[in-house]
Amino acid sequence: MIRVVIPYHLRNLAKSGAEVTLAVEGAVSVSSILDALETQYPMLRGTIRDHVNMKRRPFLRFFACGEDVSLEPMDKPLPDAIAQGTEPFMVVGAVAGG
Amino acid sequence: MSSVRVLVGTKKGAFVCTSDGKRKDWNIEGPHFSGWEIYHLQGSPADPNRLYASQTSSWFGQVIQRSDDGGKTWNTPGSTEAERMTDFGIPGGESNKFVYEGDAGTHKFFDGTEKPWEFKRVWHFEPSATDPDTVMAGVEDASLFKTTDAGKTWHEMPGLRKHASGSNWHPGAGGLCLHTILVDPKNPKRIWVAISAAGSFRTDNGGDTWTPINKGLVSDFMPDPTAEVGHCVHRMALHPSKPTTLFMQKHWDVMRSDDAGDTWHEVSGNLPSDFGFPIDVHAHEPETIYVVPIKSDSEHVPPDGKLRVYRSRTGGNEWEALTNGLPQSHCYVNVLREAMAVDKLDDCGVYFGTTGGAVYCSPDGGDHWSAINEHFPSVLSVEVQTLK
Repeated sequence: MIRVVIPYHLRNLAKSGAEVTLAVEGAVSVSSILDALETQYPMLRGTIRDHVNMKRRPFLRFFACGEDVSLEPMDKPLPDAIAQGTEPFMVVGAVAGG
Repeated sequence: MSSVRVLVGTKKGAFVCTSDGKRKDWNIEGPHFSGWEIYHLQGSPADPNRLYASQTSSWFGQVIQRSDDGGKTWNTPGSTEAERMTDFGIPGGESNKFVYEGDAGTHKFFDGTEKPWEFKRVWHFEPSATDPDTVMAGVEDASLFKTTDAGKTWHEMPGLRKHASGSNWHPGAGGLCLHTILVDPKNPKRIWVAISAAGSFRTDNGGDTWTPINKGLVSDFMPDPTAEVGHCVHRMALHPSKPTTLFMQKHWDVMRSDDAGDTWHEVSGNLPSDFGFPIDVHAHEPETIYVVPIKSDSEHVPPDGKLRVYRSRTGGNEWEALTNGLPQSHCYVNVLREAMAVDKLDDCGVYFGTTGGAVYCSPDGGDHWSAINEHFPSVLSVEVQTLK
């Protein structure tokens, strides 16, 4: 199972905990993880990536094994540790404040 | 015994306030959607337990929320276990999807350059008077959308945005937002909308075609102050018994039309300032209207630091200040366009919320005011439902 950490406000929206687990078929990539996440939690559709052009929302970043993969191709396979669930895939919101 | 439910949208969540017909003691529930901006919270006239909320954030975009129990519980339409699959066997989750029809093209940006139409948020819900599943939504960038399945899917009513002037619309300081939707109670095919900063428009055929209705408006900030479009209309209101008479709070000027918007004339009269955002009409007196003057477009605070609602019982021109119970010194808040409402009780209750987080109620048409709560987050919208 894939582990995904989502930001506070999306946990409330999804009525989930901080970390959710997903089954992802085939290659594990940002795209396939988000597809599975949105299928399991349809209320998150449009909140992480645009409904139509599927681009990441500007104030969100994606991290895998401590690396920022936000600018990598969405279909690029992620590290085995993500695919095996030993490390979580993280959706991180930009920090706001002074 | 009658009661009221006041729906408050704020910059940090939504609140549902209830009271009996005396409107003195209040029960407050919330915050719902804590931490999110709630641009509008609105109930269905056809089913008062059906509520819609526009939840939005710079991080996560637009989220539509629906309640079927008067605001006790909320769900994004189509996401509950029972609703999750569509008729086509694919997962739902389309309730946040607002897509302009066809090749959307561009509108004007602040600096006059071309900017592609881009959906940002819902500013206003206008539920059908007869069907709780049908709602129109006014959005930014300015257009009308409609759902007929209780918010699960939304489709553009493209006739408005595709008006010949649409490519020349430009945003006001708050964005290119469609913030006002009025439906003629006697003829639902007649609809008025207002857009900042394009002006007001009317359809007489249910939205297929639209006509700019801005004759008589004068906006000195425009190269042509009396142009057909480009006016920064802040709010419009009408009384259901007299839908050919419209009232408008413009960027500057309070205006009135007695021919369904074909022509307008100014009724600012003796107001201390004719700049402001909200305007509303008494529930039982079609010529009694309310505004909240703000010092200027550069200073969004009440004149003299005194929070005063102004009431005209003559449909404009002659105004009286309503101050009893409102702060009359060192008050520097604003009242936004969506943050005023009236109930249908007798006496008519008047409500408004401030950017300082207070929501006030007058149970007697404006003569006396008291705060439902003085310490909400900054208030974006106030609506009230009159319950049996």
